[in-house]
Order: sequence, then C-alpha cells, then structure tokens
Amino acid sequence: MHELGVVKHVMKTIRDVAEENKVIRVGSVTLQIGEVSGIVNEQLVDCWNWFREKDDILKGAELKIEVMPAVTFCENCKKEYETVKHGKICPYCGSPNTFLVTGNQFEIKEIEAETEE
Amino acid sequence: MKTIELHRTITDSNDRDAQALRDKLSAKGIFLVNIMSSAGSGKTTLLLRLIKDLKEKAQLYVVEADIASDVDAVAVENAGARSIQAHTDGMCHMDAGMTADALESLLAEGSQSGNGLSIVFLENVGNLICPAEYDTGAHRNLMILSVPEGDDKPLKYPLMFEKSDVLVITKTDALQYFDFSMDKAFERVKRLNPDIKIFPVSAKTGEGMDALEEWLLDSAAKLKEA
Ligand SMILES: Nc1nc2c(ncn2[C@@H]2O[C@H](COP(=O)(O)OP(=O)(O)O)[C@@H](O)[C@H]2O)c(=O)[nH]1
Ligand SMILES: [Mg+2]
Ligand SMILES: [Zn+2]
Repeated sequence: MHELGVVKHVMKTIRDVAEENKVIRVGSVTLQIGEVSGIVNEQLVDCWNWFREKDDILKGAELKIEVMPAVTFCENCKKEYETVKHGKICPYCGSPNTFLVTGNQFEIKEIEAETEE
Repeated sequence: MKTIELHRTITDSNDRDAQALRDKLSAKGIFLVNIMSSAGSGKTTLLLRLIKDLKEKAQLYVVEADIASDVDAVAVENAGARSIQAHTDGMCHMDAGMTADALESLLAEGSQSGNGLSIVFLENVGNLICPAEYDTGAHRNLMILSVPEGDDKPLKYPLMFEKSDVLVITKTDALQYFDFSMDKAFERVKRLNPDIKIFPVSAKTGEGMDALEEWLLDSAAKLKEA
C-alpha cells in the first residue's frame, strides 16, 4: 500500500524538523496533495492515526490535508482546463496533445508545534 | 503552539539518505543498480543470466526486496552471487533507509573483491509506480520492459521511464508473436527521457546480452577508478 510509505516518510521528515526546532509536541501537520497524485486521502489519514500513537512527539497530532486542484494545458489551442473533469482530451478543441501543469504534488506545508522555549 | 513552515516534498528526507548511501558505496567502489519492473517481466531469468556471465569478472550480490520475491535465493547463490534479504514490511517500494539496512553488513565488511569489481543488484518490489518515486541510493536505475507487456507501457507509466538510466527490453526472441513495435517503443521512451540507454535482449537466447554486460562492467569500473 502506497499510503503506508508516504506516512512513514512524512513522519521521518517531521521528526528531523522537530529535532532542529526543539519541538516537544506536534499539534497538527498540514499536507498539500494534488488532486491527481494518486494518494487516497482517507487511507492516508487512517494510516497516520495508527502510526502517530507509536511516537512520543506525534501522539494525537492531527493530519490536515489541503487538496490542490489539477490543471491540464492543451498544446494545440493553448488553453488550460480542469484535469479531473475532462481528463487527457481538451474540452475546447478535442486534442489529446495535452500535459499536466499542476496537480500531482505532495508537500508538507507546515506543522503546528509546542517548542522548548 | 507555533507554526513552522516546511514546504518540503515528502521524498526530501529520503533523498538525503539516498545520497549518503550512494557516497558510502562509491567510497568502497561498490556499484549499486536498482532494478525495477512489473512482475513476470523476466527479472529472475535476466538476473540469473547476468550472474552466470559476469561472476568471473565481478563480485556479485543480489538484494531481494521481498520474502515473496520471485528471485529464489537458492537459485541466485547457485548461479554464483551472494543473496541478501531486505525487509520491506509490506511496502510497495524500496527506499534509501531499507536499502542501507540491507547493505549494512556488506558495507561493514569492507572490500571483498580486492582490486576487482563489485556489483549489487537491488531487486525492487514488482510494480511500475511506487518504486519510481523513491531514490534507493543506487548509482543507476535500470528498468525492465518485456515484449509481451506492449510498446505502450511508456504512455501508462511515464515517471518510471523518466527516472530510469537504462531500459532493458527483454524477451526479444518473442517479438514475432506480439504486436510490439521496437521503433514505437524507442520513440515513446526517448521522448520521455532522451538520455536513456536502451538494450534489447533475450535472456533466453542470450541475444543482446553482451552490450548490457559491457555497460554494467564499464560502469562498475568507472566507479572504482573515480
Ligand atoms: N521467450 C522468453 N521468455 C522469457 C525470457 N525471460 C524470461 N522469460 C519467461 O518469462 C516468464 C517469467 O520470467 P521470470 O524471470 O520468472 O520473471 P519475473 O517474475 O520478472 O522474475 C518465465 O516463464 C520465463 O521463462 C526471454 O528472454 N524470452
Ligand atoms: Mg521471477
Ligand atoms: Zn485544446
């Protein structure tokens, strides 16, 4: 399952950041996930809720997900359109000569945390 | 509570681990090749052939990514390579941390081969999606596409083709039975990745294996010299 790997990597990054910033406890973690990143958000949250309890500073930390819209560009008519609605075929001119501009990103945006000082 | 802004992609920490592992391996002159493919593409057959042909020329190791791996540890050892079991905990890909764990004792041992070459084949988990997203610390990524899978695979799994340094097209002896156009495959792959090296081979008849083996030995030798 892909989401398990994702959760483990997010946690690892946050542990590193927590150490650098003398974090005692993490309150929440905000991710920005593209609409077409292939991640199943519910599974990600389930997985997160399971693993956070095994970690002292992440215990109880809420996982917030911001879904980022996917946009495709048509090479033929030079217009942009919503990827999820129309897929690979341009709704304006019918061309399949299109590419994804944004929408498959996966970023850790920020965390809310309690620090030592 | 205070807000700490990160704006990091999730593979950030893995990328750093991968570079650290790559540096360690380079320092020891051990060449690591990450092998990716879908299940049934002919990984076992290709690996066993490579081991048979190269065992006199280099010290060979195979890291197997799964207990359920189709590459049989016994077959690998019998062919003349050392088999190392990795632990993926049911994950759909190998990452740098898991690879480093698997190679820990090999790295601690120091050079086994003296002045000779060392090549480690990492047999990644058998799918074309997840392994493409994680740097394992390998010096080169090699993907296998078999003729029966079709020449349209690059259209379906573009990231895998973009991330690979080498594409091995296997089962070329079966070309006459399948609707697979070598020209189309080359064109589609090169459009995604102009620098990729492509080796059409048959692990069954041995056709094309020479070029691939030469590339492997050359790459391992260059690493050793550097
Ligand atoms: N004709 C032909 N068959 C092959 C070749 N390489 C592998 N095979 C066959 O493809 C099947 C799957 O091969 P295997 O190596 O087990 O694939 P893996 O699951 O990727 O490890 C087996 O029946 C092999 O005999 C090849 O070069 N030519
Ligand atoms: Mg096999
Ligand atoms: Zn258009």
